[in-house]
Amino acid sequence: MTQATYMDAAPYQDDLIKKFVLAATFWGIVGFLVGVVIASQLAFPALNLGLEWTSFGRLRPVHTSAVIFAFGGNVLFATTFFVVQRTCKVGLYGGAALGGFVFYAFQALIVVAALTYVLGITQGKEYAEPEWFGDLLLTVIWVVYLVTFVGTLYKRREPHIYVANWFFLAMIVTIALLHLGNNLAIPTGFFGGSWLKSYNIYAGVQDAMTQWWYGHNAVGFFLTAGFLGIMYYFVPKRAERPVYSYRLSIVHFWALIFLYIWAGPHHLHYTALPDWAQTLGMAFSVMLWMPSWGGMINGLMTLSGAWEKLRTDPVIRFLVTSIGFYGMSTFEGPAMSIKAVNSLSHYTDWTVGHVHSGALGWVAFVSFGALYCLVPVLWKRERLYSMRLVSYHFWIATIGIVLYITAMWVSGIMQGLMWRAYDDLGFLQYSFIETVAAMHPYYVIRAMGGVLFLVGALIMVYNFIQTILGNMRDEVPYEATGYVLARG
Amino acid sequence: MFSHKIFETNTLALIVGIVVSVAIGGLVEIIPLFTIENTIEKVEGMRPYSPLELAGRGIYVREGCYNCHSQMIRPFRDEVERYGHYSLAAESQYDHPFQWASKRTGPDLARVGGKYSNDWHVKHMINPRNVVSKSIMPTYAHMTRPLAVASTIVGELKTLRMVGVPYTDEQIANAVADLEAQAKGGDAAKAVEARYPKAKIGDFDGKPDEITEMDAMVAYLQMLGTLVDIKSVKPELVNR
Repeated sequence: MTQATYMDAAPYQDDLIKKFVLAATFWGIVGFLVGVVIASQLAFPALNLGLEWTSFGRLRPVHTSAVIFAFGGNVLFATTFFVVQRTCKVGLYGGAALGGFVFYAFQALIVVAALTYVLGITQGKEYAEPEWFGDLLLTVIWVVYLVTFVGTLYKRREPHIYVANWFFLAMIVTIALLHLGNNLAIPTGFFGGSWLKSYNIYAGVQDAMTQWWYGHNAVGFFLTAGFLGIMYYFVPKRAERPVYSYRLSIVHFWALIFLYIWAGPHHLHYTALPDWAQTLGMAFSVMLWMPSWGGMINGLMTLSGAWEKLRTDPVIRFLVTSIGFYGMSTFEGPAMSIKAVNSLSHYTDWTVGHVHSGALGWVAFVSFGALYCLVPVLWKRERLYSMRLVSYHFWIATIGIVLYITAMWVSGIMQGLMWRAYDDLGFLQYSFIETVAAMHPYYVIRAMGGVLFLVGALIMVYNFIQTILGNMRDEVPYEATGYVLARG
Repeated sequence: MFSHKIFETNTLALIVGIVVSVAIGGLVEIIPLFTIENTIEKVEGMRPYSPLELAGRGIYVREGCYNCHSQMIRPFRDEVERYGHYSLAAESQYDHPFQWASKRTGPDLARVGGKYSNDWHVKHMINPRNVVSKSIMPTYAHMTRPLAVASTIVGELKTLRMVGVPYTDEQIANAVADLEAQAKGGDAAKAVEARYPKAKIGDFDGKPDEITEMDAMVAYLQMLGTLVDIKSVKPELVNR
């Protein structure tokens, strides 16, 4: 291990980053657990418990917000603050005060959002469920976040802004625009109604377009650009190799952010959105394949000359596999955005599977890789408690993902085909409920995949606790395996 | 010659570059939807929701029904046969927010109005497996409780008017009375029908003395997809 190279003499705000790492780990477990619960509800509806607060419709936003914004958000705060300080060779602008505000206000927002969803207080827009007061709080948090990040860039002691920071900055700036644009709403309290409810200023087709401009670019900028920034720092660091191609970083960065923003209408194919907008969305989604794979190639090829680390370092295995899943889901996405394919896939579980190959395979795996890098560095430990446990986590989670996405491919395509199947007499062959019943085995398999993913993450938690306590499991390093010796 | 160096060394230049790059696509796709006139078809029959329907819609949003039910029928043979005429932009023009949704764990509801009896809906909401044995929908027995929006419904109509729903002064002034009359029927309901053509008049849940969340929910569901006179739609004017 060469983690000492992460260290630097500058007075970095690392206690702050420790908090974000712990919060990310905690909310990750919560988010995965709620995911397992709602996946099980679809297989066994009795698990809705007959209570209004625990029904699927209220818990699903808890799951999506917890994994995307609570887990993903805290991972992004931890890594952006870690990376921007190191690559600028200065401490965080605003120091512990501004950083601490971001931390505590963001955790408070998560709690408020989850509580309001469970109580039925929601805007009713996917991935943008928090009501106006939550949106306002996030706006303040995000402005402070932007100030700390940009302020750190301004006082940097390096001539160049490192490539990871371009992606982080694009993420922060664009999420600000999306959040403000999509959440413009008027609380009914102004007119004598409830202060817990608001009406969005957009309606119908315009609301649909604005929502998916937001929704798809939450994927494009929060879950892609932000995590590509993580890739651009942690993969070269961990592999001890320079980024494969600087020129490719430049080309794919600008192409990615320019093209992504157009892709939203592919969520609205064959709806009442005008055709011209659908066609634009499809065309740009297909084009998006290229910069996406530019990023994948740049990440994977960084391993050139260091591929043996895949065998000796399970943390690298997480990082590399995440790039593989990124490549796979950014190929699947453009394919599904083609209208002919979308006519089958839309409204089915195929979409759910696609999202999870990206969310579990790419976002969560690159996050796990980064967290495994961060914990020993932040708590100043020589290494993680156990690399064997990292390997167990990797394999258990990978099997979980494979079960999840294959189950959803089968159920999604089957569902789509059953909906449009005709019998010999020209009648629709299946009633809707027959297609629901046919999904049952796949929903069970999907829930099992989710359980495995959760178990893997719990192994990570145990590993972190032991590492933070200062324990080190007595184990043979991977370098010294018999295989390597025999080959040598 | 242009050098990329400026973006790598000047933070402000990088921010401006990012904002310009990400602004273009959004502006090109969103702005014309507000300016091109035939984005929303000219149809007959579409009207703002009655207070009771609006209360029902509020419950629909509250329970997150959109997580499993779409309200957007696509123009395919099988969907039109299963659900009815494909959905028009006009039919969701008063939906703040839109509820087209993106997943059909359950069937599309854009034209569920009139397909089932009030009694079926009530039994179904209390326990879906009462009427559809293999259903995986949660139970919504808590909707049998009294509807609690009477004090806020006026504020809701006013807010919606603020964001562009054409409620008249008369509709706002009579909101509370209309809500009660639609759920209870009788002579007072005639005014509701006048102000909100095609509104379904209760009692919906078999409890005539009480206005429940179920009344609102069923009133909303029974209205869905029934307002626009589909025969008035000229396909050549539909922008797709």
